[in-house]
Amino acid sequence: MKLNLKIWRQQNAKASGRFESYQVDANEHMSFLEMLDVLNEGLVSTQKEPVAFEHDCREGICGTCSLVITGQPHGPQSGTTTCQLHMRHFHEGETIVIEPYRAKAFPVLKDLVVDRSAFDRIIQAGGYVSVDTGAAPDGNDILIGKEVAAKSFDAAACIGCGACVAACPNASAMLFVSAKVSHLALLPQGKPESARRAMNMVHQMDEEGFGMCSNVTACEAECPKGISVENIARLNREFIGASFTTSK
Amino acid sequence: MNNWFLGFFTSSIGRKLLMALSGLFLILFLAIHLAGNLQLLQNDGGVAFNKYSAFMGHNPFIQLVSKGNFAFIILHAVVGLMLWVKNKTARGAQGYAVVKTRATQTNPTFAKFMWLYGIIMLVFIIIHLVQFWAVMKFGEVGTAVQLVDIEGEQVRDLYSLVGAAFTNLGFVVFYVMSMVVIAFHLWHGFQSAFQTLGWNHPKYTPIIQVLGKAYSVLVPLGFAVIPIVFYLLHS
Repeated sequence: MKLNLKIWRQQNAKASGRFESYQVDANEHMSFLEMLDVLNEGLVSTQKEPVAFEHDCREGICGTCSLVITGQPHGPQSGTTTCQLHMRHFHEGETIVIEPYRAKAFPVLKDLVVDRSAFDRIIQAGGYVSVDTGAAPDGNDILIGKEVAAKSFDAAACIGCGACVAACPNASAMLFVSAKVSHLALLPQGKPESARRAMNMVHQMDEEGFGMCSNVTACEAECPKGISVENIARLNREFIGASFTTSK
Repeated sequence: MNNWFLGFFTSSIGRKLLMALSGLFLILFLAIHLAGNLQLLQNDGGVAFNKYSAFMGHNPFIQLVSKGNFAFIILHAVVGLMLWVKNKTARGAQGYAVVKTRATQTNPTFAKFMWLYGIIMLVFIIIHLVQFWAVMKFGEVGTAVQLVDIEGEQVRDLYSLVGAAFTNLGFVVFYVMSMVVIAFHLWHGFQSAFQTLGWNHPKYTPIIQVLGKAYSVLVPLGFAVIPIVFYLLHS
């Protein structure tokens, strides 16, 4: 299948970018990233600079691939990442617009690669459990209701790809932060630090220059892991509660 | 006061909480305002409405609540504007060439244009206050407003003032259109306030959403019916 691509090209973080058009001959069984690989092989063979894009596991679990594909983070298929999107979802001769995530807190480094280390700094601010919780047998000593464990696991499914920020009209990181706060706060091992965690992570999120939540729920709709905005309500409860009850 | 308080209310979630709480207060105000206004439709030449208006204008508790109401409107507008500016700049200098939005739980169009509805509502509120509230409060008796005898007491005749406005087609259209904008604002705002407060629950959220939609249609409709009925009956 022949496809027309309009891809954002930008030399580096300081340069101003522009769209460039390419033609690629893809196979419908290829993943979107494999299609880009084919494009890059062609560019390299003609001594042109390949398109920079991020990828790692290519099986939808690492959260490294990104891209806004014709206006949607991770493309038109819901509940999947860009690497899990196959070319059979596009049609012969289609024009596909490929842009990097757009957010002040995610500056473009080159072409389609953005710097998502703002997420790492938010995690460093509190997205962890400080004490060693032991091995599996120790974990199994503490009984946790199935419903609670499932809710925590659903939140833990967040791969930190940043599609929520890319989709949000306010470039807000609330879905990401709420997922990270929720999956720990719901479990007994995460509870001792939950107040401190919520406050520190929200402060870091504000510091990074993300927008604020307007409850549009575009994040939930675009999230490749189906993280629910119920988590955002939980983050609000955690943060408001912590702000008014802790001594700090 | 310690700076934790200021810190909380300048944080993103703190500001959203201010929006939610002031918004819920104003939602409650709308219902009470409508209950009072529906007396305009009583076929008694304005006796009940003028009696109610005189009570609202002089009761010290109502006066206190009305000051709070003004304060909440200003707070909601100022914080809302601050959020809007911050959210506008969060995307960065370079926006998207193409934006496609999947269907979401809430209608994203209503959520995205809250600022626009808010600005239109602010203009409406100012005109509405100048037209009625300011005349009742500061207007000169005899020229701007007449006195009317209600049960032996001389009170300002708000009923005639409203009647004069609502027999003017321009004002009728302006009031009805403003209510449509308020309906849009409430459609998102009602349920959004609960989400901001952290009240999202599989049992209660569907109820809140249905209530919010019913409220955002019925209350503005109730307000809009008044000028329409006045125009049809009296012009």
